[in-house]
Amino acid sequence: MNREKLVEKIIEGDVRAAARLMRIVDDRSQDYAEYMRNIWPHTGKAAIIGITGAPGAGKSTLTDALISSYRKQGMTVGVVAIDPSSPFSGGAILGDRIRMADHAMDQDVFIRSVATRGHLGGMSVSAIDIAAVLDAMGKDIIIVETVGVGQDEVEIASVADCSVVVTVPGLGDDIQAIKAGILEIADIFVVNKADREGADRTARDLQMMLELAPRHGEASWQPPVIKTVAFKNEGIEELRESINSFLATHKGDKKSARLLYAAQGIVKERVFGEYFTNSKLNEAIAAGGHDPYKAVDTLWSNFMKLG
Amino acid sequence: MIRILVAKPGLDGHDRGAKVIARGLRDAGFEVIYTGLRQTPEAIVNTAIQEDVDGIGLSILSGAHNTIFPKIVELLKEKNASDIVVFGGGVIPDEDIPALKKAGVAEIFTPGTATSDVVNFVNNNVKARA
Repeated sequence: MNREKLVEKIIEGDVRAAARLMRIVDDRSQDYAEYMRNIWPHTGKAAIIGITGAPGAGKSTLTDALISSYRKQGMTVGVVAIDPSSPFSGGAILGDRIRMADHAMDQDVFIRSVATRGHLGGMSVSAIDIAAVLDAMGKDIIIVETVGVGQDEVEIASVADCSVVVTVPGLGDDIQAIKAGILEIADIFVVNKADREGADRTARDLQMMLELAPRHGEASWQPPVIKTVAFKNEGIEELRESINSFLATHKGDKKSARLLYAAQGIVKERVFGEYFTNSKLNEAIAAGGHDPYKAVDTLWSNFMKLG
Repeated sequence: MIRILVAKPGLDGHDRGAKVIARGLRDAGFEVIYTGLRQTPEAIVNTAIQEDVDGIGLSILSGAHNTIFPKIVELLKEKNASDIVVFGGGVIPDEDIPALKKAGVAEIFTPGTATSDVVNFVNNNVKARA
């Protein structure tokens, strides 16, 4: 299938065509950039929702419940579910779909599992492109479920129109709640597994953190703290309504941040993939008497000559 | 990168064997999409297509392999996805194997198969598409 035909079929909503381009983009094979160049102009209609939080916080179960909730509203849903790659073999077990099995037969739900393939930051290099394909094929809502994160993986905030940070009771005291990093990016907080002991305390700690200061200068939105029990479907409607009210005033705010993030990704890939590859760096380090600065200077001057 | 869907059709109560295989394939450098217990053939095929996998590894203990494996091969054919290699394992009597292979299942692994045999099979028979 030629490039124009594939892109055309994706815009018509064809599942196989979309799945195929996601592979091309994920593997960075063929002329993936040429495909994406034809996809990006068809994006911008969908609302992208980011779900992030620690491993085991319940991101997949929450995503599953949100899919059901949006489907009841008659909306179509795409999901990008990211899990880690092995640093040793490069392989991965992508298991987020286990929690989303109920949607396997729904033609209006497209779930794609993606491995990080060495990328840090909570996403994969391809995740933003895969979300763009889902957008171009006409999904109303796109949920990007990050890999389980720690404190500092905040890339999702550059991509999602609404970032939901999921935590669970018992992960730490009120000092954890005022630390910098992931807690600052939340447009909405979820305390999942709220039937467990300590849920009220966790919600209160987050609430207090939020009351200390308006979030990065914005007075118009105070992130709510919503308690959910995702596997019992408790709190999900409240969460969806909260996402909706955030999007009502903020959808579109991330458009330029998203494009910048995509562009930064392309720069990193080109620079590290073509000019500062590990083998070139290793060579330069060895040749330059094991001085990392000297090694980079040598490669840098070659790089500058290219322009 | 080769992507494999490991799926458990039918009504089996546990998935230890499937997890061992998933783990073995991960350690061999493949991306494994794992979907858990009690999947219908239709759900497995839909998932395989959305995930654009190169192969499907089926694990079954309940004895329903003679109907379920050919059904999955058939559904893939209907969706023009016969390029996806289907292989299976579990409690499968030797006398059932020829008919399953005739129906389009590329390989059957019986109890006692080493994980490395499955890895070798994938390396030799499943090709990444992109």
